Amino acid sequence: MLANYGYSDGSGTYYITLDTDKCDGCRDCVTACPQQMFLVEPDDYDDDKAVIKEAMRKDVKYLCAPCKPTAGPRELPCETACTPRAIVHSW
Amino acid sequence: MAEQKPEFWRWHEYTWRDEGKNWKDYEKITAGVDIGSVSSKAAIMVDGELYSYSLFRTGSSSPDSAHKAIQGCLDGTGMTLDDIKFIVGTGYGRVNVPFAHKTVTEIACHARGANSMNAGVRTILDMGGQDCKAILCDENGKVQQFLMNDKCAAGTGRGMEVVSDLLSVPIGDIGPLSLGVDREPPPVSSTCVVFAKTEAVGLLREGFNVAEVLAAYCAAMAHRVVTLIQRVGVKKEFAITGGISKNAGVVKRIEKELGVEAVEIAPDAQLAGAIGAANFAKDLLAKQMARAAG
Repeated sequence: MLANYGYSDGSGTYYITLDTDKCDGCRDCVTACPQQMFLVEPDDYDDDKAVIKEAMRKDVKYLCAPCKPTAGPRELPCETACTPRAIVHSW
Repeated sequence: MAEQKPEFWRWHEYTWRDEGKNWKDYEKITAGVDIGSVSSKAAIMVDGELYSYSLFRTGSSSPDSAHKAIQGCLDGTGMTLDDIKFIVGTGYGRVNVPFAHKTVTEIACHARGANSMNAGVRTILDMGGQDCKAILCDENGKVQQFLMNDKCAAGTGRGMEVVSDLLSVPIGDIGPLSLGVDREPPPVSSTCVVFAKTEAVGLLREGFNVAEVLAAYCAAMAHRVVTLIQRVGVKKEFAITGGISKNAGVVKRIEKELGVEAVEIAPDAQLAGAIGAANFAKDLLAKQMARAAG
């Protein structure tokens, strides 16, 4: 399943996509994210999968901003830490 | 005393029961309770078949709304809450369903519910009271992709209630009225209900009539959700669930913009979440019984 957390508003579209078919629940993202946005919990089908904490889903644009330089190469801690490459940012 | 203003946004509450079934003849009695931000739905299933359902407005207390919804299903049947073997809670207020044995997200429940009501459904657009979700599912109703927008009330039932009240049009009349116009004003803001309301008033001042302003609002709402659904893509069949599915003015405009027709899901697209939850409850009960049998 591709779980898209985030929103689109007047300023743009901000989604973090978690591919639960790739996610193995290893928790590397939980420790890698400087904002502690990730959580690993059982999903609706009882498998342990990473999710973005519910209270943070409406603020991803701001919470992720410190990891996104306006110029130069960009390596996001969450995307890099995820060995199965299950995390993708849309912006 | 000031004259009481009619409440145009008030929609119809109702309950339904299959009179042809006696629940005592069935073994697996399960229920789904979907506490949305605007409406509360409950459905009872007997051996996987729909037995009764109810649709009420959500009050300020989620537990009370949950009790009211399930009571609506039980009334007149002689069944009590204890007779239901497994109850799944879902929706915005799912953590506040005191009698639920388990909670499942409304995303999974809407997919499951819509798919069980029409087996061909693969794309679901849930237009709820306070958010909007685009969901893709497989042939078993299992979620493959979802996208949600609950950042603002634009594109939601709550927004429609605001407009209904502003223009003094009963909420059920908005769809047909908005479809009967010869010209459509420019669409209002599609990202904010407060701005949309301001712009709607502006359109009235410019000389557009009520039906035309409703058309502008329905068009804005349709455009808003179409951008959402285009991110996940549309796989046939396409179904719209949630309260807005009853507004033809929005539904027709979504179909036109997407170029895909929405399929009917009987008995009521607003109940997809509750029926999906009752389906989950049926599987969970079967699992529980299998475990108990060793």
